[in-house]
Amino acid sequence: MTVVLLGPQRRPSLDKLVCSLGLGGPFATVTAGWQEREKDDSELDRHLGGRSRNLHLWHRMQQVFGSDPEYAAAHRARRSQLLELQENYQLGLSHIVQFLDELRHRTSGSAALRELAVEDAVNVLRGMDKQHIRRVAEIQGRFYSDFPPHERPSVAEHRAEVAELMSDAAAVVITGGHIVELLDALHLFNVNAVGLHRLPIIAWSAGAMALTSRVVLFDEHAVRGPGCSEVFDHGLGLLPEVTVFPSAKQRLRTNDKQNLGLLARRFAPNTCIPLDPGARVVIGSDGTLPADTPVIDDAGIMRPMQVVGGDDAQAGNQPTA
Amino acid sequence: MRKLAINRLRERKPLDESRIDRFLQRHQVPIVEGPKCTFLFRGGEDDGVDEVWVCHRIVGQPDRVPMKRLGNTSLWFTIMELPAGSRVEYQIEVRRAEHYERFNDPLNPKLAHSPVGSSSVCQATGYTEPEWARFDPDSRPGELLELSQASGALRRESHCRVYLPARFSTTHRYPLLVVHDGDDFLEFAAMKNVLDNLIHRRDMAETIVAFTNPGDRTREYANSAQHARFLHSELIPRLESELPLLGTPAGRCLMGASFGGVASLSTAYRYPDFFGSLLVQSGSFVFTDIGNEHGGGPAFDPVVRFMNRYRAKPRRVVDRMYQSCGIYEPLIVPNRSMVDVFRGTGMDVRYSEARDGHSWEDWRDRLREGLSWIYPGSAQYFYE
Repeated sequence: MTVVLLGPQRRPSLDKLVCSLGLGGPFATVTAGWQEREKDDSELDRHLGGRSRNLHLWHRMQQVFGSDPEYAAAHRARRSQLLELQENYQLGLSHIVQFLDELRHRTSGSAALRELAVEDAVNVLRGMDKQHIRRVAEIQGRFYSDFPPHERPSVAEHRAEVAELMSDAAAVVITGGHIVELLDALHLFNVNAVGLHRLPIIAWSAGAMALTSRVVLFDEHAVRGPGCSEVFDHGLGLLPEVTVFPSAKQRLRTNDKQNLGLLARRFAPNTCIPLDPGARVVIGSDGTLPADTPVIDDAGIMRPMQVVGGDDAQAGNQPTA
Repeated sequence: MRKLAINRLRERKPLDESRIDRFLQRHQVPIVEGPKCTFLFRGGEDDGVDEVWVCHRIVGQPDRVPMKRLGNTSLWFTIMELPAGSRVEYQIEVRRAEHYERFNDPLNPKLAHSPVGSSSVCQATGYTEPEWARFDPDSRPGELLELSQASGALRRESHCRVYLPARFSTTHRYPLLVVHDGDDFLEFAAMKNVLDNLIHRRDMAETIVAFTNPGDRTREYANSAQHARFLHSELIPRLESELPLLGTPAGRCLMGASFGGVASLSTAYRYPDFFGSLLVQSGSFVFTDIGNEHGGGPAFDPVVRFMNRYRAKPRRVVDRMYQSCGIYEPLIVPNRSMVDVFRGTGMDVRYSEARDGHSWEDWRDRLREGLSWIYPGSAQYFYE
């Protein structure tokens, strides 16, 4: 299975990519992240040579909610629980961010001891991330055990149709958009089980995030939120060792190396991959990242992966606060 | 360090009117050089100018800062030190014999407007006008509708405008924001642009906004039971019956600046389980610790009575509150004092200060933070 991760497609290059990969279609497309505009996919279809089959997962999901009010209510209750959990976690993160900010502005005392405090803060963040994702999994697990989707007639019919559409697809294309809606739709219709994991996949932005095992939300310029990245949920787990950052240059403080370095250390051992416009990462069936994969290293530098190894010693010596 | 432009000019010989002409052509007034802002005025003996002042309203500073004449020329100047990020509105005052005249700075084209007129603006180093408040052709525009409501509570016809966000759909349910001094927020704080841009960029949730306008503002906004009843029992029920609104406390927010802030707080106080949030800018939260003398004039009497009562027995009136104030305005003291009082009731309060005054542009500049705090958009979840 080849997975191609792309940056945002404001100026799409999908047609050239499909051509270069020799993919002939048909293509199962997932545009659920576009929500109500899910069906406005004519440009996407043009890029795929008119050979796309949109799975229409978002609209299917709305149909399920419409025909199964009990499931819809449970879904809403789960969302609001997750939201509240996320808000409490954000509040905790914001205090650590403030602590790190204060540390980096402190000039008195020992730099080495400050560095130790930074290290401790990173460990606290990692612990909070781990605990948060565990709590999320508990809520999700409870929901799926109380309302098993496969037992809902409203879902079963759609699942069968999705499986049918996927059965002779030559590849899958997953676009960006709203990551929560996209993940919910992918899970609800069991897209992974019906073939996603064995087909070539082209995915960008939220689509790329959904393929990883841990979805991380981030917008360091947002006026609200903790001011740092936040773990959100499990993804599909097809790319277990990477964390992706679409539009990194726009959404991360990339001119702040200390900040970026902390990010890389926090999410280690996963490789942090920025996906800016024009980015293309072709991952082979063995899961190995190509040498030119853009990565964020411990020193907070964004560069192709191949040069990271040689400079590890230097990266470790960078002061962080 | 390089000398200030005015000092470099002072040293030039000959220091005549044609040199001043050239100097003024080369510089924007006030001349901002780091923290030093040089204010200028041109008017010589021929004009009969005897004295000149820069007049502003920065709390803790003299209201009138005298300017001095540069040598024997027609140029007057004064240097004020303004911290980075400051924005100050001012006017020039001139004395000709016994006659005083106050007007906007004729050398500075930058003006701020308000219902009571305009002022010149000095933007100190580090201040930037928010780009999200400007018209953005890429942002999908919302729509403004006229709405009249015959109010029994107010005994008058109330005129509102209702903002429907772009891509408004009757199948969605929207939160409601009610804005006091609505037309002023639209005209002087660019609120239509702000809403269009913040919603387009997903910084703020798609929201229906009712821009309400006062009749007798000092009466209706100063803790008036009639005004509160108008909002709670007349306007909002009508909006909720005619528009696809959430209709829950979490989906109802009151917003206002200055007296509009008092109107927001006092209305929520009267109906504690009805509104979920407040957005209050430079609230006129005047109170007294001893006696009843507050110095604000009779319009503030009901406000002070309300605030004193509230401070004596504070209570939670909403879940979330955004509060802001300019640090150059006299209301900074009561606003700072109220933050802990509000927080102490269990309300989730986000408080923000700016190096600005009691002005519409200050209120405009805080809208992004306030609106995205009250009704956050989905930008955090959106990756295109």
